[in-house]
Amino acid sequence: MNSKLFSNITRFIILVFLQVLILNNINFAGYINPYLYVLFIILYPFAGNQSLFLFLSFLLGLSVDIFEDSGGINAAACLVAAFVRPNLLRFSFGISYDHQNIRLAATPFGSKLSYVFLMVLIHHFVLFSLEMFSINHILLILKKTLFSSIFTVTLTLLSLTLFSKKYR
Amino acid sequence: MQQIFNFLIRNKNSILFLILFVVSVYLTIQNHAFHKSRFVSSANFVTGGVYSWSNNINTYLHLDEYNERLLEENNKLRNIISNIHDSISVEKQLDSTSFEGDYLFRTARVINNNFSKQDNYLTLNRGKESGIQQEFGVITSQGIVGIVDRVNDEYSRVISILNSRSRINAQLNNTNHFGSLVWDGKDPNIVQLIDVPRQAPLQKGDTIITGGRSLIYPKGLPIGSIEDFTLDQTQSYYTINIKLFNDMTNIGYVYIIENVNKEEIEKLQEVDEQ
Repeated sequence: MNSKLFSNITRFIILVFLQVLILNNINFAGYINPYLYVLFIILYPFAGNQSLFLFLSFLLGLSVDIFEDSGGINAAACLVAAFVRPNLLRFSFGISYDHQNIRLAATPFGSKLSYVFLMVLIHHFVLFSLEMFSINHILLILKKTLFSSIFTVTLTLLSLTLFSKKYR
Repeated sequence: MQQIFNFLIRNKNSILFLILFVVSVYLTIQNHAFHKSRFVSSANFVTGGVYSWSNNINTYLHLDEYNERLLEENNKLRNIISNIHDSISVEKQLDSTSFEGDYLFRTARVINNNFSKQDNYLTLNRGKESGIQQEFGVITSQGIVGIVDRVNDEYSRVISILNSRSRINAQLNNTNHFGSLVWDGKDPNIVQLIDVPRQAPLQKGDTIITGGRSLIYPKGLPIGSIEDFTLDQTQSYYTINIKLFNDMTNIGYVYIIENVNKEEIEKLQEVDEQ
């Protein structure tokens, strides 16, 4: 349990720094940035305390917000993603989620992809909606959501594969 | 009573979610109001420290480029100085009542810059200890950058001109027709000058400079050149697309401008209003 706690805290810190120091400066094609820090929300232990999880996600978003000077948009997006996670888990992994015995590395690629993609999509949609803060920019919001999501999902799947513990 | 407690405990996650969500939306809305974001800002001890650390490395890699810019600026200033000696050395002596200029310049380094969002900010490595205050103008040798909006002891945050809330007074170089400089959030190299009256003679490539109507920037700083222009719906005002001289995506060092006479002018204007 302790090692799990430790690895989650380390992941939290590393992801925040990676996000604000490197990933926020990519600006691919002018405005496309990956938001890899969602990985923390995706990987958080499935059986963990739900209230603590919500609070940690809020904190994660807020840390990025403070660095980015963006008010509370990342915090809100993370919070929504964390709140809907149980539903998405049930949707993507079906019955095995209810028995709480899934390991992300051992799941079939299809359900893993759908879980990650939906999480990222919801997070990004809330993020960009709050950033624009206007219904007139709905097309721009959708465009940004789509492109950034593709970028983030690619990076997320890559890092899941790279750091997977399956072979150890 | 028991039922209320049961309800609260059963739905504690939803309630927690709602509370935190309201907090984050509140922070977002606050951030949309000028000068209001008290809590979440990158001009604080921790984030400023991290940014200046990472920027130290980054600056080192760009030394060549900064040197070149300095050379260019020195060259420009030398040209101006040599011209001053030719023409107005006499006038200069006559005007000796004000020894100091109207504007005080300080240098600073940009330790964080973003330009891909709707509301962009920069963080500088100078703060109250160096005499920086709110509403000081920020420029580079090529053009304008923004206005200081939050200061702590060592760092300050600047509202970039690439921010939906930024409005800066600007005018044409040839005539005195003026308008407000805003940004539509699309291209970090293009900003818009709105509310320019129809009578203004516009030409593609004309230079846009700062107008002297705000107390923040001195008059006549270069901003950019006209890319194209259209009349708005009422057919009486122009909206002009301006290509910035400044590359907002690549700013190393900046100058912070203090208007020395600002307080006096403001006092005067207050008297006027009463």
